[in-house]
Amino acid sequence: MSTTVVSAAETDSNTRSQHLMSGDQTNFLNDIQDHVTVGTCFSENAKMSIKNVSVFYGNKQAIFDASVDITENQVIAMIGPSGCGKSTLLRSLNRMNDTIEGCRVKGHISMDGQDLYSPKLDVVELRARVGMVFQKPNPFPKSIYDNVAYGPKIHGLTDSRYELDEIVEESLRRAGLWDEVRDRLQQPGTGLSGGQQQRLCIARAIAVSPEVILMDEPCSALDPIATARIEELIEELSQNFTIAIVTHNMQQAARVSHRTAYFHLGKLIEVNPTEQVFTMPEHNLTESYITGRFG
Amino acid sequence: MSKPSRNLERIQRSLVSRYRAEKAFRLCGIAAVTLGLLAVLVLFADIFLKGKSAFSATYIQLEINYDQEVLGIDDLSDEGALMLADWDRLHKTALRQEFPQVRKRSERRELYALVSNGAGYDLKERLLSEPELLDQTEKFWILADDDIDTYYKSLLKGRAYTARLSLAQLERVKQLIDQDRIELQFNANFLSRGDSREPEQVGIKGAMFGSFFTLVITLLLSFPIGIAAAIYLEEFAEKNRWTEFIEVNINNLAAVPSIIFGLLGLAIFINFFNVPRSIPFLGGLVLAVMTLPTIIITSRAAIKSVPPSIREAALGLGASPNQVVLHYVVPLAMPGMLTGSIIGMARALGETAPLLMIGMVAFIADVPGGFTDPATVLPVQIFLWADSPERAFIEKTSAAIMVLLAFLITMNLSAVWLRKKLERRW
Ligand SMILES: Nc1ncnc2c1ncn2[C@@H]1O[C@H](COP(=O)(O)OP(=O)(O)O)[C@@H](O)[C@H]1O
Ligand SMILES: [Mg+2]
Repeated sequence: MSTTVVSAAETDSNTRSQHLMSGDQTNFLNDIQDHVTVGTCFSENAKMSIKNVSVFYGNKQAIFDASVDITENQVIAMIGPSGCGKSTLLRSLNRMNDTIEGCRVKGHISMDGQDLYSPKLDVVELRARVGMVFQKPNPFPKSIYDNVAYGPKIHGLTDSRYELDEIVEESLRRAGLWDEVRDRLQQPGTGLSGGQQQRLCIARAIAVSPEVILMDEPCSALDPIATARIEELIEELSQNFTIAIVTHNMQQAARVSHRTAYFHLGKLIEVNPTEQVFTMPEHNLTESYITGRFG
Repeated sequence: MSKPSRNLERIQRSLVSRYRAEKAFRLCGIAAVTLGLLAVLVLFADIFLKGKSAFSATYIQLEINYDQEVLGIDDLSDEGALMLADWDRLHKTALRQEFPQVRKRSERRELYALVSNGAGYDLKERLLSEPELLDQTEKFWILADDDIDTYYKSLLKGRAYTARLSLAQLERVKQLIDQDRIELQFNANFLSRGDSREPEQVGIKGAMFGSFFTLVITLLLSFPIGIAAAIYLEEFAEKNRWTEFIEVNINNLAAVPSIIFGLLGLAIFINFFNVPRSIPFLGGLVLAVMTLPTIIITSRAAIKSVPPSIREAALGLGASPNQVVLHYVVPLAMPGMLTGSIIGMARALGETAPLLMIGMVAFIADVPGGFTDPATVLPVQIFLWADSPERAFIEKTSAAIMVLLAFLITMNLSAVWLRKKLERRW
């Protein structure tokens, strides 16, 4: 499937005029007009691969022709100013965009060579393989146990209560929550603190043993201590899972990720190993962003 | 920027007027609430004061001789003999013995009118429950006629209402009072009998059962259909011109005057489908159609208020849309849906107009035993009694309103209780 940015002339000009108005950024106008992503988008060991993807909300284009690979058992961080389309791209990886009316995805996204947008693909199965953690902790209004057990239950992953108990314990352990909640598994998940709730959501996501975990600013609602715990957790999880994390916290991206993708106004500007992005970025937009000139 | 000290001054000055406005606003609110409560209180007090006397009835004590020969009964198990027996003669004889001075025919009729014309029936019941009384004599409290009842109750209140009684009758009552043989007793009949032409014999049970059977049909039809429609429209239906059209029409239906639904019932259920009139099943059908829009609208609001983050969480885990609805949306929306349904049912319980159109306003003395027995319902019963000329019906009307209010309050409390219970489960 080959796509270019189609029928986007009008949206494109919108973006440009927005650009012109935001003063400081006019200097960079030329840099993204006919943009090519710089750095190394492609990877030998790709779990998922995004090729020429454009995403539209109705007539409004939110992602312009992005291409990037997500490497297996690595963490890729997506950074960029708010509204640049990070969440949009992330949500198209497990087709959560399907639930938004008027949202269309063009281009090619595949996992292990399988086209995610082919009509043959089963969305329910895809979402079992690609888990998601949201910006705001959203535990189900149920007990801690049931929160974690829900995924395995609906997918029929266990044959016995005993097995289910094991999965719940294992997932909570991996999410670093077991010691805090082992005595109150039957209490409501909504009664936990914000950081604990987010770890519960991570436990819930890994309970179905997904291959990829998508995280959309998982720490933005948390205090620094809870954030540090989640970051540790991400590092541990990356040994077994492929992780894509959206964050607007650059230190966080630097700490947890192997590769970093920088987005600007819907365009993927640069993808490079994290160290390189934060020490010697290739693109001057990336540099401006990480040095705090806008964001 | 002005100087901080000047700003502080200004803030303090503005605070005074802000507090004043707040105080005025609060006073307005308190006044409004007080007024509303007062209105409810006055209404309830008025109904209670008027209606409480319906729960007692005037009884006259007579010396009854269950004379075998008068009745012509040898064996109490002989149905035919029981039917033929002139039970009224028992209390008529007793009254004549009580007041031997009464001779003339017209006077006698007046004398017999002291007791309810259902007295013979009561005596039969009495004898059947205690067969050894046959050919014995006992002192028995007999239900008085409604005119006596009205007079005696008004007498006790100190404002005797004598308009319906003759001087001779007043004389007899006075004699009974002097002998302590007339008194108020708990009116058990009011809760255990159906309607009657005689005010002293009426009961609310028929209307209560009628309302109950009608509401069961209404609930069984409107709750599942309403909730299913709401879930479909909210969760599964595509947003297009058709669903928009349906939505607008549901909103319109909710505002249609209820009597129109009665006409619809008449035209469609009775004339077209030949459903028999006056039965709870038909009433339930009509009220279900009337209640549906309310239930659909409130259920949709409840579904809309389920936080999208919960749906996302479930979808993100790989739950199918169906599972999201069944596992999360419906349970989370259930308290709201139930509240809406119970409010709709409460409205149906108090509805009169549509039922008038489908014949549930007929005089029905029997307590209905099922969905297909002719029946009336509480509000229609209130309407019927309020429309009756006898003075004794005033208190019965108020008492029926009390029963209706008790039903309504019970339903609303159960709504609150259900809500609390279901919310706690999460
Ligand atoms: N549901 C939506 N409908 C329409 N436009 C949307 C929707 N969600 C996001 N957008 C738009 O798409 C752009 C990218 O949004 P998003 O991906 O949320 O940005 P980010 O996560 O990087 O802050 C923004 O301009 C936003 O206004
Ligand atoms: Mg976002």
